[in-house]
Amino acid sequence: MMELAQQVGATAAAVDWHAIAPELVLAATACIVLVADLFLPDDAKWLAMPLSAAGIIGTLAAIVSLIGAGNRLTLAGAFEVDGFALLFKGVFCVLGLLILAISFHYFRVGRYYQGEYYFLMLCSLLGGVVMSSARDLVTIFIAIELISIPGFIMAGLRKGDAKSNEAALKFFLFGVLSSAVMLYGMSLAYGATGELLLEGIRAKLTAADEPLIVLSVFFIVVGFAFKISAVPFHFWAPDTYEGSPSPVAAFLSTISKIGGFVGLIVLMFRAFPDVADTWRPIFALLAILTMTVGNMIALRQTHIIRLLAYSGIAQSGYVLVALALIEPGATASNEQAFQSAVIYLAIYGIMDAGAFAAAVAFARRGGSYFIEDYSGLWQRSPVLATLLAGFLISLAGTPPMAGFWAKVFVFLAAIEAQSYLLAIVMGLNAVVAAWYYLAVVKKMFFEKAELAEPVEVPAVLRVAMGLAAAALVAVFVYPRLVTELAERSLF
Amino acid sequence: MPISYFLVLSALLFSVGVYGVLARQNAVLVLLSIELMLNAVNINLVAFSAFFGSEGVGGQVFALFVIAVAAAEVGVGLAIVILLFRNRQTVDVDEMSYMKW
Repeated sequence: MMELAQQVGATAAAVDWHAIAPELVLAATACIVLVADLFLPDDAKWLAMPLSAAGIIGTLAAIVSLIGAGNRLTLAGAFEVDGFALLFKGVFCVLGLLILAISFHYFRVGRYYQGEYYFLMLCSLLGGVVMSSARDLVTIFIAIELISIPGFIMAGLRKGDAKSNEAALKFFLFGVLSSAVMLYGMSLAYGATGELLLEGIRAKLTAADEPLIVLSVFFIVVGFAFKISAVPFHFWAPDTYEGSPSPVAAFLSTISKIGGFVGLIVLMFRAFPDVADTWRPIFALLAILTMTVGNMIALRQTHIIRLLAYSGIAQSGYVLVALALIEPGATASNEQAFQSAVIYLAIYGIMDAGAFAAAVAFARRGGSYFIEDYSGLWQRSPVLATLLAGFLISLAGTPPMAGFWAKVFVFLAAIEAQSYLLAIVMGLNAVVAAWYYLAVVKKMFFEKAELAEPVEVPAVLRVAMGLAAAALVAVFVYPRLVTELAERSLF
Repeated sequence: MPISYFLVLSALLFSVGVYGVLARQNAVLVLLSIELMLNAVNINLVAFSAFFGSEGVGGQVFALFVIAVAAAEVGVGLAIVILLFRNRQTVDVDEMSYMKW
């Protein structure tokens, strides 16, 4: 007990407040939004959105203030601010702003629980921001739960809608199940090494029991596979995305999924890199299944959100390819694979959120989520059609959008690591995926419209989509923008 | 007592939980089965913690976090189940099939 008190006392004195400033700002914003909502009259509830946006911008400022301040380790080694953490904190905050823009009119017009929604969304975002810095098992667990639990509630926010209820239940059951499986793996890792810090686990792994570690890694990967909706653990994702409010679907498919990937990458690269032989085959199998099954089912979708859900599953597969390339000792190719995964996640977040934004914009007023209704959108709303086409082209991985580089980098990393099978499967899948993305583009540009009136897009959404598309084009023209960041994020 | 007793108990509890998740149709019972799995994790953590002696405080702290988060999850989960029951008059997970493929 004395020891415990000493340890706690020692860490309490050594908190680096600047290092955790982004989290503090975001947490404070969430509390302010929740309290402010109590006092706002019904027709001013929407003010929670600008308030949240200001908070996220403040968080971004805190993140920027940490750039160039070197690596900081605080909270007894459980919390690290390095290039990787800063990059993903930034990505999460930018995605958070995009999601706010998508949510604004949806929740304001629908008069759902706006204050509660923005509070929950900020909490979930906080989970992602914490996850980027989490360097021990407890913090990773808390971060992933902080991302998920508000997500369960957000998915069921349309209380009267049976589909939304069903979405929430499915997401909840799979989410909690995956946490339990992941925790079991973590408890075995703790048992094998006696350490909770990832660095400590890595240092003691050599002396640890081999079967216990294999089992532990297996459970942890399965647990995370649910979170990142990798096949065969993907069943919940399309149903949850379709049933929940569309901005929430955008949130789950970007921030929540990238949060899961960040946790997985941190665990695999900080705790288990020396036993990569045990987990590489699991990731290779998951990657092949996820890409292929995701794309095959996406081919026959008629609902744009479900199409994006299945295509998002397939996109997870490409990131898993990068994780399946890691070999103990092969530093150069490992670094390349790591960077390609980081770049893919950052670009994926922006283009997927953009595509969801366009889908929400189209469905707003009497529009629909069915792909057949997109025919002739070019004649009705040329700007919206062009933007959506841009995002879909980026998701398909064709120039002139950033998605092209994302796929190319993963592909090159696979070649570099001499995993030709994965490279071939990935190439084939990119072709299949291009088919269904371009089918939507073709519908918008080369088919006749049944309706003539233009689709009205609110200004917030227009600005958000425009900026996202501009960012994607800029990265395509000048890929150093992201490769530079990825290089600095190497562990 | 040797630590393997506790690990076997925990593994059995985890397996019962997995079976319950797969076999039960009532959403509340599925939730309870998941709780069994989480408690298997707690047994593991506390057993390892005792095994490591004074070095192993971390395991107990982790177990406390798991208990707290599990409570939060149950709160949210039961709320969702009640909502579902109000709208559909059933909590059978096999009937949750408005959306497929």
